[in-house]
Amino acid sequence: MVDVLLIVFLITLFYMSIANRMRTYVKVLALQGFIMFFVVFFQLKEINTLNLIFIMLETIVFKSVAVPVFLDYLIKRNKITREAEPYLPNFVSLIITTFIVIVTILLSNSIIDPYLDKIFFVVALSTIFTGLYFIASRRKIITHVMGYLVIENGVFVLSLAVGNEMPMLVNLGIMLDIFASVLILGIFLNKIGDVFKDVDVDQLTSLKDY
Amino acid sequence: MIAIYLILSLLIVIGLFINRNKIFEITFATLFAILQWGMTIYACIHFRNTELGYFTYDALGVLLLLTLSVISVPALIHSYIYLEDQGAPPQSRSIYFASIVLLITAIGAGYLANHIAVTWIFTEITTLSASALIYHHRNKLSLEGTWKYVFICAISITFVFIGILFLSLSLLHAGSDDLSYRNLLENSARMNPFWLRLAFIFIFTGFTAKLGLVPMFTAGIDAKDKAPAPAGALLASVLMNLGFIGIFRFYTVIANTPLHHWANLIIAIAAFLSIFVATVYMIKVKNIKRMLAYSGIEHMGIVMLGVAAGGIGYYAAILHIVLHAFVKSSLFFQFTQLYRVFQDKNIYHVGNYFKYNPTGAMVVLLGFISATAMPPSGLFVSEFLVFKSLFESSQIGLLVGVLLLLTMIIWAFGSNILKILFIPPVDFDDSKVPVISPWESLTQFVLLAAAVYLGLNPPMAFVELIKESILLIPN
Repeated sequence: MVDVLLIVFLITLFYMSIANRMRTYVKVLALQGFIMFFVVFFQLKEINTLNLIFIMLETIVFKSVAVPVFLDYLIKRNKITREAEPYLPNFVSLIITTFIVIVTILLSNSIIDPYLDKIFFVVALSTIFTGLYFIASRRKIITHVMGYLVIENGVFVLSLAVGNEMPMLVNLGIMLDIFASVLILGIFLNKIGDVFKDVDVDQLTSLKDY
Repeated sequence: MIAIYLILSLLIVIGLFINRNKIFEITFATLFAILQWGMTIYACIHFRNTELGYFTYDALGVLLLLTLSVISVPALIHSYIYLEDQGAPPQSRSIYFASIVLLITAIGAGYLANHIAVTWIFTEITTLSASALIYHHRNKLSLEGTWKYVFICAISITFVFIGILFLSLSLLHAGSDDLSYRNLLENSARMNPFWLRLAFIFIFTGFTAKLGLVPMFTAGIDAKDKAPAPAGALLASVLMNLGFIGIFRFYTVIANTPLHHWANLIIAIAAFLSIFVATVYMIKVKNIKRMLAYSGIEHMGIVMLGVAAGGIGYYAAILHIVLHAFVKSSLFFQFTQLYRVFQDKNIYHVGNYFKYNPTGAMVVLLGFISATAMPPSGLFVSEFLVFKSLFESSQIGLLVGVLLLLTMIIWAFGSNILKILFIPPVDFDDSKVPVISPWESLTQFVLLAAAVYLGLNPPMAFVELIKESILLIPN
């Protein structure tokens, strides 16, 4: 069951790489949170119940409801255009994402380790690299933030891989999640919308050395 | 005590945040300075003790905590002068003071943490408080600086976390699940080297954002430029030391595994590239604060070269990082006075500083001599020892390259500083130049003198602290 869910998670990345509209990105992020809710439920068996409930609440409330709703609100409030405007065409994006996934699969096959759940490793690593690719290839600040959220989801999946042995690390991952998302989304994206009229990274080039 | 310290500091932060009254502000800041020093003295007395399970008063932690406490007092004083001079509104004053106190607390607790995850948590908190300081002016440029800082720090913090996850995978092979540094050291022989390699790469890359090395150095430069200079002094000295402690504590673990030489290679590459990048920018840069920030990158490169070279280099690296903190923070404190005279931070619009503020100009001159490691600066000793360690480990090619780059840095730094000190600026109307009290430069003289004293004639206790911090690294 966990394997199926994780593969669906991987497919959302492909969908995200060819998505055109900002709204689609938000929906995919919500879906990823939802998938992770079930992964947590099926995966973390040796953890105490209170902690499990906390982690599941975080994934469902924070990842799949609060953050997407807030992103939606930001898009409307700052009147961000609905197109994602990538630097590269979608077809190239799809090829690059596929390439990332294939490379991580090859990489994980070269590792022989009884402690490692390979599917977690593949999904987590390809999510992290796809997130980095999204950051590099999109123009808007808000898509950078979404790329960062994708990276965080990847990190969360990775922390689930060792979650049964070290539950503390899953909690730390959640802390990172909440802390960084609140800091980035809450405080600054609001302000950036007020100061910069059109929220493109091209505008963030005034700090110079001379 | 550390629990009391954290709780009281948090209360002071909250108090400062909601308070709008100047008298209470001064009271709270003074209380915090007393608390900070009380904590430091307590840590010195209870040397090597562990509290709350996650904080140990070990040699490196205590040494850097002392540095932090020495620098935090002038930082608070100069912040007060700075905000008075600016006429900042009460709200932004309270946010400023609350975040600077939070920053100092988080850095101090991060130094003392004996668990890699706890170090990581406090590093996260420094990002939060530092970003509030960078955004102090609330204009377009400071927003850009803040955004870049927050985003790059968020990514680098995530990298450190990925590193910790890989480290835990590596530790599972040793049949243990405790990520404290002591346990890591005990199990260092049995950890899986493959995951350990990945862990080191990610943790090193992540902490370079705080330390100011290639590849993540960019965010720190913008931050030190846009933050008010007294806060910039903290970002350019003690916060960099937090990045150093994060890398160094984990490096101590790696050094006890067969990966020691491999890790040295990674560190040496990053360090050399940092010095190279610093040279390129130092030649071009025309913004005084950014120039000082790039000089910090160069010094961190030298520190990490010392670590990579080994032998006497470890001693030199820790000596260098302490002395650099004193020198760089004093230059940043002086910058507030320089800015009040010229109202500009571009080299073209600044000059002949000796005419307008002779005492301050002496600070700039002595600070320049110290920062470029000319004798009698204490940094001369530590830099010399780093070069000696490079020589002893027969890295002659690297040594020559670094020396050439440093020569160019001294030339660029010198031509800019001498322009500030002696050459009159074009079209500068000096009828409105304020008179600056020489007493404001006192703290900087003290810091620079401390750097000279500790370098040339280090007290026994200081040497012992440094020697004990590097005790666990095999030669």
